[in-house]
Amino acid sequence: MTGHLLLTTIALPDLFTFIFAGLAALVGAGGVILARNPVHSALMLVMTLFSVAVLFVEQDAQFLAAVQVIVYAGAIVVLFLFVIMLLGVDRREVIQRDPLPAQRPLAVVAAILVLLEIGLLARSHWSTGQPAVVGPTNGGQTNIVELARAVFTTYLLPFEATSALLVIAVLGAVVLARRAATPTDIVSKLNTESSDILVEAVADPALSSDDGQRSHQ
Amino acid sequence: MTIPGSWYLTLAAVIFTMGALGLLVRRNVLVMFMCIELMLNAVNLTLVTFSRMLGDIGGQVLVFFVLVVAAAEVVVGLGIIVSIFRRRANVTADDLHLLKG
Repeated sequence: MTGHLLLTTIALPDLFTFIFAGLAALVGAGGVILARNPVHSALMLVMTLFSVAVLFVEQDAQFLAAVQVIVYAGAIVVLFLFVIMLLGVDRREVIQRDPLPAQRPLAVVAAILVLLEIGLLARSHWSTGQPAVVGPTNGGQTNIVELARAVFTTYLLPFEATSALLVIAVLGAVVLARRAATPTDIVSKLNTESSDILVEAVADPALSSDDGQRSHQ
Repeated sequence: MTIPGSWYLTLAAVIFTMGALGLLVRRNVLVMFMCIELMLNAVNLTLVTFSRMLGDIGGQVLVFFVLVVAAAEVVVGLGIIVSIFRRRANVTADDLHLLKG
């Protein structure tokens, strides 16, 4: 009865937006889990991220919706796709050999239990506590003005700390990505070079030039 | 009247559960990473919902910081995955059992 009253009091555009974006988010999340191909998983992730951005707009968080699309769908998923294409792992994963046979059924059981718990919780009131005093979401100003005021006054120190975090992340990526010349690398390089010289010495010139090209690649 | 906050919270909880399930079920490290992003997004949706319910901008600020940390995490995590792939030529989580006793 109360649910029926609730449905009639909600504005129709809001209801449609929530239902469509929510369904798209759920379908995308299911696709991330179920898709065999990691590329399809990444594209399904884009769908979920975009739907969450729509839900952000629906809740008057316009700036976060824009950042969500630009940073998540624009940068992070593209980074994922780059790595997938770079590694060439866009093939089916091997699931025959399973070191923990009970893990998958247990995971499904745990997920069902959590969903049942959420269903129980959703039937009651959610505790929301007392409103804090950082600032209003829409105190007569636009969302961006309020957000900027909070970020650059109350949360100025964390904001500056994130810049240090980003620099550290960039340095970490560079350190992880560059290949240091270890002694074994040098020895193997010397070995290939000497074998090239040997090949050049014994084989005909066409074959040796072909080998030289391959070693340079 | 707008959508009640409990609907958003329920939706976010379901998305979080799906992300956690994917993290447990999948074997590909990249897909497990995407499931982590899924869970982060569910939490972001929860934070924005509470921000609206309480009339407080602090939740949205926290989402802003979560976005920054997620970006840094993805950069470093994908760097680690690439360097693992260079050594082992596959990115299946079960093959990375070098520390297993």
